[in-house]
Amino acid sequence: MKFFEKIANIDSRIIYLLLFIVVLIPVMFKMVLPVRVSEPVQAAYDSIEKLPEGSVILFSVDYDASSAPEIQPMLLATLRHAFSRKHKVVLLGQWALGLPFGEIGLNEIAPQFAARYGVDYVNLGYRPGYRAQMVGMGREIRDFFATDYKGTPVDEIPLMKGIHNYNDIDLLVGLEAGQAGDEWIQFAGARYGINIIVGATGVIAPDMFHYLQAKQIKGLVGGLQGAAEYETLVKHAGTGIAGMVAQSYAHLLLLGFILIGNVGYFVIRRRKQA
Amino acid sequence: MKKEIPLAITFITGLIIIVTFFIPHQPLGTMQQRLLLWYSIVLGFTMLLGMDSLLRSNIQKIVRKAPGWPFALVLIIGFLGTLIAGIYTWATSESLLSLGSSFMYVYTYFIIPLQATMFSLLAFFIASAAYRAFRARSLEATLLLITAAIVMLGRVPVGVEIWDKLPVMQDWIMEVPQMAAKRGIFIGIALGTVAMSLRVILGLERTYLS
Repeated sequence: MKFFEKIANIDSRIIYLLLFIVVLIPVMFKMVLPVRVSEPVQAAYDSIEKLPEGSVILFSVDYDASSAPEIQPMLLATLRHAFSRKHKVVLLGQWALGLPFGEIGLNEIAPQFAARYGVDYVNLGYRPGYRAQMVGMGREIRDFFATDYKGTPVDEIPLMKGIHNYNDIDLLVGLEAGQAGDEWIQFAGARYGINIIVGATGVIAPDMFHYLQAKQIKGLVGGLQGAAEYETLVKHAGTGIAGMVAQSYAHLLLLGFILIGNVGYFVIRRRKQA
Repeated sequence: MKKEIPLAITFITGLIIIVTFFIPHQPLGTMQQRLLLWYSIVLGFTMLLGMDSLLRSNIQKIVRKAPGWPFALVLIIGFLGTLIAGIYTWATSESLLSLGSSFMYVYTYFIIPLQATMFSLLAFFIASAAYRAFRARSLEATLLLITAAIVMLGRVPVGVEIWDKLPVMQDWIMEVPQMAAKRGIFIGIALGTVAMSLRVILGLERTYLS
């Protein structure tokens, strides 16, 4: 009886320790598991793949450090894909605390494809406004972003010369850890008809499925698994693929604990009833 | 008058926003864009209000030596440190986001680790909570348990290794039963939002005035 009571009430510290070990080992030994590409991620990949060379893609960085381990690999993979297809990248963000991640991402990926700032890509930065900004940009981006993040007037940036509103943007890549994804879809997508793909945390991704089913978004990259799938498609392993092994074993450990807990619970209950 | 004027402003602004949203043509389109810009400016100033409130409440905590006041002191020091790093970077670099600047140093080596640590702790709590809460006490709890197990395994590569049908089952759960429940909730939220917005515009909901 004592044994089953023990397994039904394992000390939290033991769970924490085992979880720590299970996450640490795959990361330390750089273990890899094959990644299956799901339809929503394939659709997101195809949306960028099918664009003609030189298309303009708007990236919105709407996350911060807490969700960066899931979404930053998506930013890197989609940027890699965009630059490899010679698309133009316009980056901005709705989360002030997340925008440095956009700059870090651009600085990592753009030089690998010899992309030039102001010609092939631009970082417009952060402005307060949120929904108002999303609607207002449908009329004129300059009303909200008169300068880029360095303070250079937008009209002096060669890439931005022909870009005024959503009519001049071919695809929006929304990288979301909160509500901003819904807002982009409702205010920029529904009203102005801009094509959108969403990269979201594992928690937010289930909320995006109805937009995907209704074809209001063209593709969905959900959670670290989605990031790993996109990395698989662009054939460049990053922290998404590396993290999936740790996540896999963490899930297995969790299910193991749930199973043990239930065995203990049932045995104790049966003995009490007997 | 203290109530009537704000109510009139809310009513007129709300009405203009609704009309201009559906009729974006001139002259309403220009009016809408102007209102959206004002909204952005007001939103910018709300950040200043937030900072003022944050500093004021924490300074009061320190002065009164309220329980946990050392945390308030850490917050004030962190706030001022970040502000000084930001002003210094602003003065010396081309942008706050310049990699290698003092502001980005604070961001990279303080803000990112702190935020990441806070969120990472969640994984440990979820693991412990799931172990304690996921008990097959009833039919509904058992169904939830089985569904969670399928989704958890179907979402990770190891699930395919165990059984190649797990991801397919996971996709079906996400696209059919999950969506059926979510749609109902979302329609409810949307109707609630519309009703509340109308109440605010028509002056029936006045709690925002206090």
